[in-house]
Amino acid sequence: MNRKIHPRTFAKGGIHPHDSKLTRDVAITQPVEPERVTVLLNQSIGAEPRLLVKAGDPVRKGQMIAEPGGYVSAALHSPVGGTVKSVTSVRDPYGYPSKAIEIIKEGDQEPAALEPLDFETATPAQIVERVAACGIVGLGGATFPTRVKLEPGKEYRPEYVIINGAECEPWLTCDDRLMREHASEVVSGARWLMRAVKVKKCYIGIEENKQEAIAAMTEAASHRSGVTVVPLKKKYPQGGEKQLIQAIIGRQVPSGSLPVYVGAIVDNVATAFAVCEAAEKGLPLTRRVVTVTGPDLANPGNFLTDIGTPVSALIEAAGGLPEDTGKVVAGGPMMGRAMSYLDTPTTKGMSGILVLPSRMSRRPDPQPCIRCGSCVEVCPMGLEPFLIAAQGEMRLWESTLHSGVMDCIECGSCMYTCPAARPLLDYIRLSKRESRKLK
Amino acid sequence: METIWLTIALMGGIGIIAAAVLYIVAKRFRVDEDERVLLIEEVLPGANCGACGYKGCHDFATACAAAESLDGMFCPGAGADGMKRIGEIAGLSVAETVRKVAVVACAGGCDERPLVRKYDGVLRCSIETVVGEGETSCPYGCLGWGDCVEACPYDAIHIDSETLLPVVDPSKCVGCGKCAKACPRGVIKLQDVPEPYGTVVYVACQNRDKGPLAMKACAVSCIGCGKCKKACGQEAITVDHFIASIDSSKCVRCGQCVEACPRHSIHEIQMPEGGKA
Amino acid sequence: MDTTQNSFIISGSPHIHSADSVKRRMWNVVIALVPALAVSLIFFGLPALAVALTSVGACLLTEWIIDRWVMKVPSTLGNGSALITGLLLAFNLPSILPWWMVAIGAVVAIGIGKMSFGGLGCNIWNPALVGRVFLLLSFPAAMTTWPEMQSGIDGVTGATVLGYLKQTGHAASQGAVDWLSLGLGDMNGSLGEAGSLALVIGFFWMLFTRTVTWHIPVAVLGSAAVVALCAGADPCLELLSGGLLLGALFMATDYVTSPMTRRGQIIYGILIGVITMIIRLWGAYPEGVSFAILLGNSVTPLINKYCRPRRFGERRKTIRQMTEERRTR
Repeated sequence: MNRKIHPRTFAKGGIHPHDSKLTRDVAITQPVEPERVTVLLNQSIGAEPRLLVKAGDPVRKGQMIAEPGGYVSAALHSPVGGTVKSVTSVRDPYGYPSKAIEIIKEGDQEPAALEPLDFETATPAQIVERVAACGIVGLGGATFPTRVKLEPGKEYRPEYVIINGAECEPWLTCDDRLMREHASEVVSGARWLMRAVKVKKCYIGIEENKQEAIAAMTEAASHRSGVTVVPLKKKYPQGGEKQLIQAIIGRQVPSGSLPVYVGAIVDNVATAFAVCEAAEKGLPLTRRVVTVTGPDLANPGNFLTDIGTPVSALIEAAGGLPEDTGKVVAGGPMMGRAMSYLDTPTTKGMSGILVLPSRMSRRPDPQPCIRCGSCVEVCPMGLEPFLIAAQGEMRLWESTLHSGVMDCIECGSCMYTCPAARPLLDYIRLSKRESRKLK
Repeated sequence: METIWLTIALMGGIGIIAAAVLYIVAKRFRVDEDERVLLIEEVLPGANCGACGYKGCHDFATACAAAESLDGMFCPGAGADGMKRIGEIAGLSVAETVRKVAVVACAGGCDERPLVRKYDGVLRCSIETVVGEGETSCPYGCLGWGDCVEACPYDAIHIDSETLLPVVDPSKCVGCGKCAKACPRGVIKLQDVPEPYGTVVYVACQNRDKGPLAMKACAVSCIGCGKCKKACGQEAITVDHFIASIDSSKCVRCGQCVEACPRHSIHEIQMPEGGKA
Repeated sequence: MDTTQNSFIISGSPHIHSADSVKRRMWNVVIALVPALAVSLIFFGLPALAVALTSVGACLLTEWIIDRWVMKVPSTLGNGSALITGLLLAFNLPSILPWWMVAIGAVVAIGIGKMSFGGLGCNIWNPALVGRVFLLLSFPAAMTTWPEMQSGIDGVTGATVLGYLKQTGHAASQGAVDWLSLGLGDMNGSLGEAGSLALVIGFFWMLFTRTVTWHIPVAVLGSAAVVALCAGADPCLELLSGGLLLGALFMATDYVTSPMTRRGQIIYGILIGVITMIIRLWGAYPEGVSFAILLGNSVTPLINKYCRPRRFGERRKTIRQMTEERRTR
């Protein structure tokens, strides 16, 4: 890299929270080999998958245990070999009851892999079929079934595959490590995705605070035609789908449209890695890298985790729950959800577990809005968060629709930056739900 | 002195001219309204609650006056008696309707349902319910921030200061269902009030967890033990998903189940005689 | 469930917050006002201190009383906004104003200008200016009587520079006043009109701490200078005299009463600059900043309504054209 490439970014708004990437130099390890796993049935957006097993059934590692329950739905596979103990209702991390399959690990752990595909001869339909059969969903957190993205419909013509390696959330490093340690697999995954949607160009966007990842990925991509690594400015929410597309190909996804409307198919690096595993090794998606981090943890790290491993076991592997824990967040600090229970299983969408001490857990006390306009300035979608929140507070759902509440990507920049610490996003999320009912 | 007279004359003149203009405008642009609409509006509660399906009481009155049949048109605020009067005004017959009352299907107050975590955010049920199961370990129960209280147009529901649960005042409740709609967890339900007005029996719990889990979460949770089902002589009670439900059409309000319940989660309320605000 | 989980906190995202707060911003403004206050004390001496203390004291007391007995909310003095109002009001008053007039101004500023609308964030007009204009209309003589400075303008001691300009005509007086001494604060006028340099230093502090942005002051001063140039007046003199600098840097930039978007802020600034100059050059008053800012405040809601930020992906047409192009290619 002799030529200095000017990092790109999106046009409007954004914030610069402190990086806090404690675990950026901690290699991916697999510290937890769970004796039993609990696979939640609803792990992706869309219809509930249909069960294929019942209590007492023996399962092989990698065997499909639930098939897609509709077009927008994803299959589930057993992360371990063993016996299905029960199909029951457990608490999800947020406290709501959720159907789950409990599997006890025993006996043969040889994975039940599918036949590897050959890159030269595989047809796009075969690749899409494989992605669906391996239960791959968007691993950036949204858990949208990947196969749906790969079949955009006749009226759209994809031009680019964009691989999202921005990882703009503070604290999280799972994508960073994946790119540094498995660069060639991620690039191959990107190539499989290009093949699946029949495009010639692929961009991999990486924030410039991950120089090692940029170097590793550039190196890996240099042997492959059509794949370009694009350094991006460090700015939150750089990894937002619409922001990433604007930064890289300079097109704005219109309000209410999918990225493919402007010719882009966006997938996370972890998704690309999973696609590579599925295509080249025939392995279904049963594990992912989870960053377990927090200011007071003894051994924060990036853990290759079987999906269904209890969160508490991961925290134990990271040095145990610190005494003064105030909040545990599933995901990053900007968009993650606070967990109610720790003895709940990890899911496909859980990119990190952030353990915050009580001194960092409370919100500042809200003050009246001083109309400073900071939220307007930082909103990457060009909305007026103070206005939508005020309308939401007064239950004027119709007005929130006119104010563009549906365009909100819930990145949290407004609330992060608000000097009066207004609960803006709380009201905006509520308005979004209520306005959806109006339609 | 002259100035004062001049001022008086001027101001008086302006007043007279303005009055004349107003009079003419009022005469010329008068909209003749069906006077039955006004009469019907007098019967209606005027709360604009929207339970009838119209935008407000005036809309409903206009619709009633213009309607050819009052089938399917009902104002819970006016009640059966009110509808009868509306029918007389509009010259139409009114079908018999069942009165409804809102009941709170959660009895887990502060003493019964221990707080296990702290919620930090906007104190509204509709917002807290998305964050997680709430401050107690019952994902079905009342959150207690009073979305229902704000929704009630009849001032019939209040948060009890000791239990922090909503309490319905049956003498004020007309059964419009606004509170039930506002409750994000469906804790508030509409219950039929059978004639003659007497007691209403309902299960004051929504917990669909297995017994041990439900017991841990709350001291007055229904655990689906089925004792009420055995005690009921009318086969009005069914237990499904570890929760009992009472079929009000079969229930004779004998009170056997209330006594049989070991968890005190079946409640009865006394409806006031002919009560309507 | 184990007992260690009992203290967990749950809340919606985001789970981190910037170090920014209303308090921090307000105190930065207070700090920014200190140099100008010091300069005015040097030039006007103890009477200026008395005016400043009376104004601040009365503002704080009024807000405390209203919080306590009228609105029945916890005291809001901590956010520093009443302190700023008090200081800014003092900056707008002559140093020899009787103390009770200062107190009346402060009560009107806080009581009517701010709290009657519901407190911080709800007011339409800049509270300090509401207080000032109330005093100006109620006690016009006292509000335009200035102490004599040792080194006033030749032959016009006791009048402000603008008063002098009003009499002799703005265009005719080019070069009559040494504007270097104006910049250092050597002139008659209200507390805050002295020490332009100190005001600018304070403003740079606010810029440095990102309390305000440059848009409004630049728009106000720029447009005022342009109008002055067009009318044949000395732009430097116009900018440095009277309360224009104080108004542009500290009063027009008040968050609550200025527009939200950058575009709106520039329109608002230009409006204030132009109105100020119109009043100065052709109006009855020698000074017009207060009225200009209050007028600007009044149209802020309107500006907010029409200067919305451009929504992401709003230019639907161009994108559609883009895809059309792509399909035909």
